[in-house]
Amino acid sequence: MNFHPLVIPFLAGTVFLLIMISLKYIKWIRLLDANQSATIKKNILTFKTVQAINEIFHESLLHRKIYKRNRLLGYMHMSLAFGWFLMIVVGKIESSFYYGTFLDKPWLGIFFKYFARTPHHYFMIIPFSFIMDLLLLVTLSGVMLAILKRIRSTFLGIKKTTNHILLDRIALTSLWWIFPLRLLAESSTAELTGNGSFLTGTVGHLLSTLPVHQLELPLWWAYSICIGIFFIALPFSRYMHIPTEIVLIFLRKWGAQAGEVQSGFTDIQLNTCSRCGLCIDACQMNFAADINHIQPVYFIRDTRYHHLSKEVADNCLLCGRCVEACPVGLELTVIRQQVRHKSEIQGNNYFEYNGAIENTKKADIVYFAGCMSQLTPTIIISMKKIFEEAGVSYWFMDEEKGLCCGRPLRQQGYLQQSKDLVSKNTQLIHSSGAKMLVTSCPICYQSFKNEYSLDIPVMHHSDYIGLLMKENKLNLEQSDIEMVYHDPCELGRGSGVYDQPRHVLQSIGNLTAVDFEKEKSLCCGGSLSNMVIDSDSRQKIRDNTLEVLTKSRPDVLVTACPLCKKTFAQNNTTKIMDIAEIVAANLKNKIKASKSIN
Amino acid sequence: MKEWGYKISTPRVIDLDKADTARYAKLVEEVPSVKKCIMCGACSATCTASNHTDFSFRQCHLLFRRGQVVNLSVELDKCMLCGKCKIVCPQGVNTRAIISTMRIILSDMNNRNTPL
Repeated sequence: MNFHPLVIPFLAGTVFLLIMISLKYIKWIRLLDANQSATIKKNILTFKTVQAINEIFHESLLHRKIYKRNRLLGYMHMSLAFGWFLMIVVGKIESSFYYGTFLDKPWLGIFFKYFARTPHHYFMIIPFSFIMDLLLLVTLSGVMLAILKRIRSTFLGIKKTTNHILLDRIALTSLWWIFPLRLLAESSTAELTGNGSFLTGTVGHLLSTLPVHQLELPLWWAYSICIGIFFIALPFSRYMHIPTEIVLIFLRKWGAQAGEVQSGFTDIQLNTCSRCGLCIDACQMNFAADINHIQPVYFIRDTRYHHLSKEVADNCLLCGRCVEACPVGLELTVIRQQVRHKSEIQGNNYFEYNGAIENTKKADIVYFAGCMSQLTPTIIISMKKIFEEAGVSYWFMDEEKGLCCGRPLRQQGYLQQSKDLVSKNTQLIHSSGAKMLVTSCPICYQSFKNEYSLDIPVMHHSDYIGLLMKENKLNLEQSDIEMVYHDPCELGRGSGVYDQPRHVLQSIGNLTAVDFEKEKSLCCGGSLSNMVIDSDSRQKIRDNTLEVLTKSRPDVLVTACPLCKKTFAQNNTTKIMDIAEIVAANLKNKIKASKSIN
Repeated sequence: MKEWGYKISTPRVIDLDKADTARYAKLVEEVPSVKKCIMCGACSATCTASNHTDFSFRQCHLLFRRGQVVNLSVELDKCMLCGKCKIVCPQGVNTRAIISTMRIILSDMNNRNTPL
């Protein structure tokens, strides 16, 4: 006996699933843009493919990243994914041994206990049954944790978990039922035929008070139907992440990068989101401002199902905390900017830039303060003082009539207008003949670094001050002032500048660590990227961040971004200073203030 | 009739009773803080774009409110969305959102592009 109608739901689900996945794969690959396809073709036959397979094993099966972040959650995911995977693999090997061929019917492994009823002792029956029962137990423990997480997420160290749509709930429920039903079905068969091990055998004995003869077949049917439902729901639900993450890891290893506009690569990322909801706890909009519908998990879901509202797309600080939290490493901020792309209202170039004048005198450094620094003149005065102290010749590019760097337009999806500004600024920078560009604004810094193709190095002033100190051009006075440092989003997570400002500050006074710093630092709430959020919510975020930063009661809160400074200063219980200001105030051999201000 | 060398000018009166306020109503719905504007002009005074063009947020806002939208989209494209105006605004008006929303309303872009 190796067929029974009860395998039909399982078979139908499997066939449907395979067809749907293949269709989706083909669609995505065809929608990749030319750059991505070229890079992939170049790298497909290299060692990178092996690395990708290694990463798939670690991330898709063992879930190392989730485990590192939250052990219980990592175990839950691993026991379900790796446990089920091993059950399928070991089940297949077991049935191959039993039937003496590797080419046995594919369902025999899945329904092995039902079909292998004859109690003859095939090769290694005891270890196989034991392993299969152990795997089932591990998987069941994962299911228990998953149910616990749904009932109360704090048990697993999660404050707020995803609010799922109906389709996800159906898929979720059918997935949960697969394993208990398998246990009951196998146990009933074990009771009748004696082919069970420590788990199914014991549970079978417990079932013996019930009419097992009548129960066995319905239980196997229910097991098969649950698998069928899960497989049919999978391509449309969150569980599409299982087959998609594998593709994403391959493409990423082969060097595919997200472009300015949506492509097949975006679709792959959208489908890789498992809606685990780890981004919800990371999002300050959630825990500081109580805005709960715009988190990446919902944004990605709405984008995938084509019902994204403008508000959800636009209501985000682009601080990047979710990117750090995402266990599958989705480029959430990049996707948001892609979706914001306003191709239909690109606008023409009406700028005349009459005021932006090229440099005439020779200079080593181009200094670009940025629009935000124009509103914090003390930063500019301090930078001038530092340049003079170090004896550097510089050209202050936007002293009188500067332009915007183009990043704010870009973040809101006005790509063409942003590019116009990029080309004009590039022309101005190159006209100066300088060897380096220094900027005071992290927003501009990221823009110059990533969106311009300048042939000179770009530095943020915090980094540049560190360089001047290394060259012994600046000498700072050490005092016992207590400081904390706030990592601006665009400088820290955006550009990876974490240590340089800290080195500079350590040579001025005592720097105390704060609870959320470096990759985990908080946003000040002033972000230019969000045009929707109201000022009340901004203030809530700001106050929450200030509370964290000033917990140790420091003398000064130091930041490196004029916008952060401006935002924090509106609620100034603690003194707020930019790194340039505190450096300028602690220079040895101070130049007279009047000279530098002039 | 005899040629006088003079003629009657077209009237420049703005009849606010006849103004089309539907677009402004949509703007108020999308960015409620627009109603807080006291037309002080701090935004126009600090504007980065006004260094190079005759762009003025206050003017654009007023024209849009009165329904005088001819050529307004050309004006609005001069804004670089740098955000200085929003920071200096004493009333906390979300100026950048207003500019972007006016652009969208004027170009009748109702649907943003959805995934492929």
